[in-house]
Amino acid sequence: MPLYLEIIICVCLLIGGLFLLVGSYGLARLPDIYMRLHSPTKASTLGITGVLVASMIYQSYSKGFLSIQEFLITLFLLITAPVAANMIAKTALHHRTKALEKTQGQALMASIRERQAPNSTQDAD
Amino acid sequence: MKFLPMPFHTVLLFVVWLLLNNSMSVGHIVLALFFAITIPMLVNGMRDEHPKILKPWKAICYVLMVMKDIVVANVEVALWIIGPVKKLKPGFVAIPINIQSDLGITILASTVSLTPGTVSAEVSEDKQWLYIHALHLDNGSELIETVKQRYEKPIKEIFGC
Amino acid sequence: MLTYTIVIVAICICVALILNLWRLMVGPTVSDRILALDTMYINAIALILLYGIYANTALYFEAALLIAMLGFVSTAALCKYLLRGDIIE
Repeated sequence: MPLYLEIIICVCLLIGGLFLLVGSYGLARLPDIYMRLHSPTKASTLGITGVLVASMIYQSYSKGFLSIQEFLITLFLLITAPVAANMIAKTALHHRTKALEKTQGQALMASIRERQAPNSTQDAD
Repeated sequence: MKFLPMPFHTVLLFVVWLLLNNSMSVGHIVLALFFAITIPMLVNGMRDEHPKILKPWKAICYVLMVMKDIVVANVEVALWIIGPVKKLKPGFVAIPINIQSDLGITILASTVSLTPGTVSAEVSEDKQWLYIHALHLDNGSELIETVKQRYEKPIKEIFGC
Repeated sequence: MLTYTIVIVAICICVALILNLWRLMVGPTVSDRILALDTMYINAIALILLYGIYANTALYFEAALLIAMLGFVSTAALCKYLLRGDIIE
């Protein structure tokens, strides 16, 4: 394998692994469920994309033709990650999980749960 | 019965079949063509009406812009996660939206979830408000303005609604 | 060089999996546990693809695709159950 390809693969893998680690670290570290939602949906998506790109380049090289089937997984995860996050947020709101004390616009939570318009003037912040 | 009721889905099925099998042999191309033509015919009666994409070029530009934003937002969020958690100021925000179609709202909500440090939590029943949770909220009205200008306007233009 | 990188990244992902497991055990609410499971699925995909590179085979692509799909469907099913299974609301 030529050196430049190896370097590209290594960089992609390292970026991917780092972002996956950061995403899980945020999941373990952040204080409340609504904040925890952010780290897997964002950091992990980019992390998995990095690993998939590395895999794509490596498989293309070792097979001798352009193998972009890994692209399917990336696309699938990019489409499903926000949907999953949205459903988990709904579940947390439905179960009346308390947000962190300092969260702004907590008055909105009741109207979010009922899926109603926010009460006239309190336009968050 | 129309021959190709869903042209976009036909192309999508064709490409995905070839990608899944990772080959360009004649047999697979014939099989992909067969699936791509028959499956839309079978399922055409089951689907809801969706607005058509009026400006395909604009849609491609939008996808590329979102891709760029995903990378930028991801790095930003990763830095926030590693940095001091105490300084983060999370908050809920209600964004007024005026897209009528379900598809448009779904795309907007997914984009908001993937990009600027926010997760969309709920859409109000009358489809007038999108509720989002921001990981770090400096200025609520500024965030609303960003979402409306950067993401909602192109979607409205693409679907023309 | 690639061999070392794969080992380093595998360690990263394993640490990530352990952190997910910790959240799965500790997580105060059910939503936390679902979120932890969802993240574990993503990390498992990464680990499988990494093994695919290490073993120099494309056989594991199908496994990764299946896990991606099962992960999303199970997350959606669990959330829907929790949203609708509640009798009191």
